[in-house]
Amino acid sequence: MNWITLGVFVFFFVLIAALGFYASGWRRGNLDALDEWGLGGRRFGTLVTWFLLGGDLYTAYTFLAVPALAFGLGAIGFFILPVGVINYIFVFCVYPALWSVCKRRGHITAADFIKDRFDSRFLSLVMAATGILATMPYIALQLIGIQMVVGALGFPMQGFWSEVPLFTAFLILAIFTYTSGLRGPAMISIVKDVLMYVTVIAAVIYIPVELGGYGSIFGAVPQEKLLLKPPSAESMNQFSLYATMAIGSGLAVFLYPHATTALLSASSANTIRRNMVLLPIYAVVMGLMVVMGYMALASNVRDMPEYADYFAQYGVNFAVPAMLMHFFPSWLLGLAFAAIAISALVPSSIMSIAAANLFTRNIYSNYLHRECSAARETQVAKLTSLVVKAGALAFVILLPLEYAAQMALLGGIWIIQTTPGIVFGLFTRWVERRGLLAGWLVGVGSGTWMMTTTSFTSSAFVLQIGNYTIPGYAAVYSLVLNLMVTVAISGLLSLNRESLRAVRASAAKTLENSARIESE
Amino acid sequence: MNAHKSKVGRWYWLLLVPCLAMLAIPLYNRDEPRLFGFPFFYWYQFLWVVLSAAITGWVYSKVRHVGEEDEP
Repeated sequence: MNWITLGVFVFFFVLIAALGFYASGWRRGNLDALDEWGLGGRRFGTLVTWFLLGGDLYTAYTFLAVPALAFGLGAIGFFILPVGVINYIFVFCVYPALWSVCKRRGHITAADFIKDRFDSRFLSLVMAATGILATMPYIALQLIGIQMVVGALGFPMQGFWSEVPLFTAFLILAIFTYTSGLRGPAMISIVKDVLMYVTVIAAVIYIPVELGGYGSIFGAVPQEKLLLKPPSAESMNQFSLYATMAIGSGLAVFLYPHATTALLSASSANTIRRNMVLLPIYAVVMGLMVVMGYMALASNVRDMPEYADYFAQYGVNFAVPAMLMHFFPSWLLGLAFAAIAISALVPSSIMSIAAANLFTRNIYSNYLHRECSAARETQVAKLTSLVVKAGALAFVILLPLEYAAQMALLGGIWIIQTTPGIVFGLFTRWVERRGLLAGWLVGVGSGTWMMTTTSFTSSAFVLQIGNYTIPGYAAVYSLVLNLMVTVAISGLLSLNRESLRAVRASAAKTLENSARIESE
Repeated sequence: MNAHKSKVGRWYWLLLVPCLAMLAIPLYNRDEPRLFGFPFFYWYQFLWVVLSAAITGWVYSKVRHVGEEDEP
């Protein structure tokens, strides 16, 4: 155990814990109201929203898993770049309208909007449940990120002592979220970003010097992995996979409740638009993080005996931490590890708040305790945020590590099925709630089935048409089915309604005529 | 107002350009020319992230006044 590294790490952790508690008094509002606790009072300006969204989307697990994807599989790991383009443009076009409706009608969650727009408690329950289920494993992944960093700091990787730091982190997280609500992660995310930028900039400048420049870093990538595998006579290969991953993740990212929560906490619709102009800065930094996956490859950390235990325990996800341990001086390593651990706390906090908002608004006060007061709602949400996090902690401690990752893949496929409700709800009049429900069912069902074809290890589905295969992201294939069903059933229902109206009108006319004849 | 709104709304179509540029994989799935050691596949995509931000910023400057009356 390196004491300088540990000291720097602990220092930053104590600092952000203090900040988290202090945040409850920041731009103080009535913390008994749910949109104060759960949306920070919808008062966050451009800069705070930017930090909050950055903390939300670029999480510890992203920092570890996406470079690991490039480390293991090459070019495909860079799908994060097209995602960075597509999701911000999607949000730019769709979410300002959602923000305006939610502000006007006092909605706190996307499922609130669904309930109001389609006049359906049940549809809103389905949307809320989808959101909560997709979020839970994501929190678990963040805790695994913390565990990995703590292991790398020299704590035991198994047994009782491995869990003490995790419990400590969990307690800090739980308490500041409970007391400060969304203000906590908003404030901490500023520190997190500064640390993260320092880490990435240091890495992309310093490490290539050690490795002989970017030319030789890319030279270390096996030739067949440096570019995407092009289509052949039998298959679209990685082209269709890359494109569908870009589209699917591009749509799904902001449908996650924690992202919606951060967007709804913005102070105006234009705050959201401005953020979509500024957020690509994160996408560039994230892209550089993925290049760090190649640096790890070029530096051969995988074959170094001192990291063998870690790779055995955590797999390729340990590539970036191992490389940082190899190159960084102790103090900088402490800072980098603190950045990763705090990058786990910020989104976990927002995720638990978002899940709590959904539970309280769309399950508790719709079904369990109707007409409940704002103060009671807030109390329930605060308690729910604790339950959600405890659930994620239990998940990490009790189940094998890979379950959380597999559940998160499944969650991505489920969450994308809420797209039609939001988009059609905002921009069309003719879509019907029964159509949306049927579409959701088909989307979730088919997407889950597609995951079974890979035994839940991958969300890539190989679509077979004749002798030609088109590998793609299962979320996109299942969303297409969802859209077809939603549109078809809504169309049929509205046709049906029109023909009913016509039948009624002609029946009324007949009655009127017969009445006239009788009176004559 | 509505006529003005739909005219301004046309700017949104411009946002298709960066999306299509990112999905035109056959166009950029190549090694040469390199830039600072980065193969074309990589620097092309980094460049388009930046260009996309610039285009979105341009569209924002055109649409930001629309619907302001709906907001506080």
